[in-house]
Amino acid sequence: MQQIFNFIYKNSNRLLFLLLLGISLFLSIQSHSYHRSKIISSANFLSGGVYERINNVSEYLNLRTQNDALAQENAKLRSLLFNAKDTTATPKLDSIKGLKPDDIIVSKVIHNTFNTHENYITLNTGSLQGVKPDMGVINSLGIVGIIDNTSSNYSTVISILNVKSQINAKLKKSNHFGSLTWNGKSTGFVQLTDVPRLASIRKGDTIVTGGQSVIFPENINIGTIDKIEIDNQTHYYTIQVKLFNDMTNLGHVYIIKSKNREEIINLEKKEKKDE
Amino acid sequence: MNNALFVNIFRFILLLAVQIIIFNNMNFLGYISPYPYILFIILYPVNGNKSGLLVASFFLGLIMDMFSNSGGIHTTACVILAYYRPYLFKFSFGLSYEYQTVKLNDEVTPERFSFILLSVLIHHFILFTLEAFKFSFILDILIRTILSTVFTIIICIIIIYLIKPNRR
Repeated sequence: MQQIFNFIYKNSNRLLFLLLLGISLFLSIQSHSYHRSKIISSANFLSGGVYERINNVSEYLNLRTQNDALAQENAKLRSLLFNAKDTTATPKLDSIKGLKPDDIIVSKVIHNTFNTHENYITLNTGSLQGVKPDMGVINSLGIVGIIDNTSSNYSTVISILNVKSQINAKLKKSNHFGSLTWNGKSTGFVQLTDVPRLASIRKGDTIVTGGQSVIFPENINIGTIDKIEIDNQTHYYTIQVKLFNDMTNLGHVYIIKSKNREEIINLEKKEKKDE
Repeated sequence: MNNALFVNIFRFILLLAVQIIIFNNMNFLGYISPYPYILFIILYPVNGNKSGLLVASFFLGLIMDMFSNSGGIHTTACVILAYYRPYLFKFSFGLSYEYQTVKLNDEVTPERFSFILLSVLIHHFILFTLEAFKFSFILDILIRTILSTVFTIIICIIIIYLIKPNRR
């Protein structure tokens, strides 16, 4: 017994080191799986609060660009309104679910990273405002990411500039779809993989979100085709997509609450159970 | 002793605050950030409590991870650096480092520089390896490590000169 205590006393430093190393390695490895622990994320009250304070100050520095973006979005919406094909036609009411299948929560980016392989964005709305994990986040120019963790007042977003993110996307003109990933290199470009060779594509074509995902509604802008490569092993296209969004400069964003989402997920679960 | 404790607590909070508010937002070439918060581990007293340093660096890394959404990569890098610090001392200052009064926050001599260089290099290499977590990114890891190390060292030396006590 004495010897055990002696051993522990003599090697207390090494044992402490191994313990702490074990904890930290566990946290790092766990963070690389898709769903992460809630303790070590910036959605908690301490880091969320600090980031909100910092953002209150730094927000003033890019008010001009934010105003421009808002004015442009307004102009776009107005042109849609004025150029409607038939101004007297009233939108058809979906009698069961109301007018629109999607609800929108306005939120503000209080912290944004883009210099690592796994980038996260922190927003200043949380579960109290109705934000839940796996909701889509967009802004006026295109998609931004998917909600990862929420606390009562803050939430974190897996940015599209994250090697873990995978989003269903398609060509606007032909409905050929693929999955949108990021290779960790440039902040202005993402990659669309697994587009079949049959698809006729050209540089400059627009890429939008596909209808297969329950996270984003269909036809939200993502970017334009910049470069087309053919994967020699799989014979699928790998397309470099130039983002409409400047991911290094984000202000207000919209969180999309899809009402049909739970119904679809439940249905698919049932299908799997039956098999 | 009490004085040293207060200095260290003050340094812990100040370096973390500066790192989070200023240096995390510095993106040289789009993806290179300096991490001068590890000055806390580098400047910790040579003969100070070793378990204390280990625990302190654990929390230092944990808070950094919390603010940068990175799981446990800063924690791992900090704990490893804190544990291997005596060996680095031995390498840079010779075997009898414990009996000399090695003061790091003084003028930068070749020994001190080699110590800071090795510490920063080890920390950054572990950090970026764990961050990428894939062998296919090895070139990217090395480039990031080297560029960030240069950046961090420059800022560390500036900070050391700024907080240098004026005794002479």
